[in-house]
Amino acid sequence: MINITNTKDSYGIVAILLHWIMAILIIGLFVLGVYMVDLDYYSKWYNAAPWWHKSVGMLVFFLLLVRIVWMFTNQRPSPLVSYQRWEILAAKVTHILFYVLLLLVSISGYFITTAKGASIDMFGWFDIPALMHLDKDLAEISGEIHEIAAYVMALLFLLHVCATVKHHFLDKDATLIRILKPNHKEERST
Amino acid sequence: MKVFSILLLAFSLLSTSVMADEYVIDKKGMHASIQFRIMHLGYSWLWGRFNDFEGEFTYDSNDIAASKINVTVNTSSIDTNHAERDKHLRGEEFLDVEKFPKSRFVSTSFSIKENGEGVLLGDFTLRGVTKPIVIYMSRLGEGNDPWGGYRAGFEGTTELTLADYGILKDLGPASQKMDLFFSFEGIKK
Repeated sequence: MINITNTKDSYGIVAILLHWIMAILIIGLFVLGVYMVDLDYYSKWYNAAPWWHKSVGMLVFFLLLVRIVWMFTNQRPSPLVSYQRWEILAAKVTHILFYVLLLLVSISGYFITTAKGASIDMFGWFDIPALMHLDKDLAEISGEIHEIAAYVMALLFLLHVCATVKHHFLDKDATLIRILKPNHKEERST
Repeated sequence: MKVFSILLLAFSLLSTSVMADEYVIDKKGMHASIQFRIMHLGYSWLWGRFNDFEGEFTYDSNDIAASKINVTVNTSSIDTNHAERDKHLRGEEFLDVEKFPKSRFVSTSFSIKENGEGVLLGDFTLRGVTKPIVIYMSRLGEGNDPWGGYRAGFEGTTELTLADYGILKDLGPASQKMDLFFSFEGIKK
């Protein structure tokens, strides 16, 4: 049986899938976002690139909400016994920052499009309507937040990857394994 | 003393009669608009407007040539009914509103024909570039309003070349120029 929910030793399959699906989508969104803002008006992708960016972006936002609910309704796997105190703290800060930045990026992105009442066309299936009108200053600030938060998140992502490499190859601990295998059991010497 | 006050009275009467009537553009009641249109791909007109502006003019139907007008537009108030495009238009590639928050028109001369068609010359400033432009005007009407004031209304149109004002973004061959349309009603001060 594959663990659906988290255990003391490992993440469940839901948390693992949320982690990796969102990781792929967010990396894609970042690359697409950086690419599309410099597109020429006559580029073939001028309209299509933002359309995909917005649809996938809103999908990530919904996955984020599911993930937050899942996080609060599940137990958290305990830190590995080999972790230093500062590592546990650094991981906690990084994770919280990821959530805050993801919320900021998604919400500000939503407002860039909907500031004047336009809705977001989700993959051509349905529209996400505008919730409120923003004046031009707030619309402008939304754009700034979206860009800055995305780049800060990219830096945080690099830190996250470096930490993974350190744990997996230098410390040779189960950090990476735990987010890959839902049934990981930690061996305890005590 | 009496002679002095008579002189003063005469002088003040004289000076008011020499001065043309001063009007303020009715921004409060928004009986004024600044609109523009530009070709999209050569297939249709994209219309937009500036929502925030103010201006004053002097106008005397007995002394048309003495008429003057100046209008200041807050460039960040551009509105094409599309949040993403408006944000783009406010940005550096187009109006660069952070650096150039105001656009101005100050008239240098005005002439009008019997049929109400007129030519207004003046200096137009956009994106920090000032150039002389010609605005083709027509006088729409003037007279008392129902609330005790006096009003005069005009409309005008002109054509601008984007590159003249440092907007170098190439929107395509059909979109090098834009048309501006003004309609305004002044209330006599």
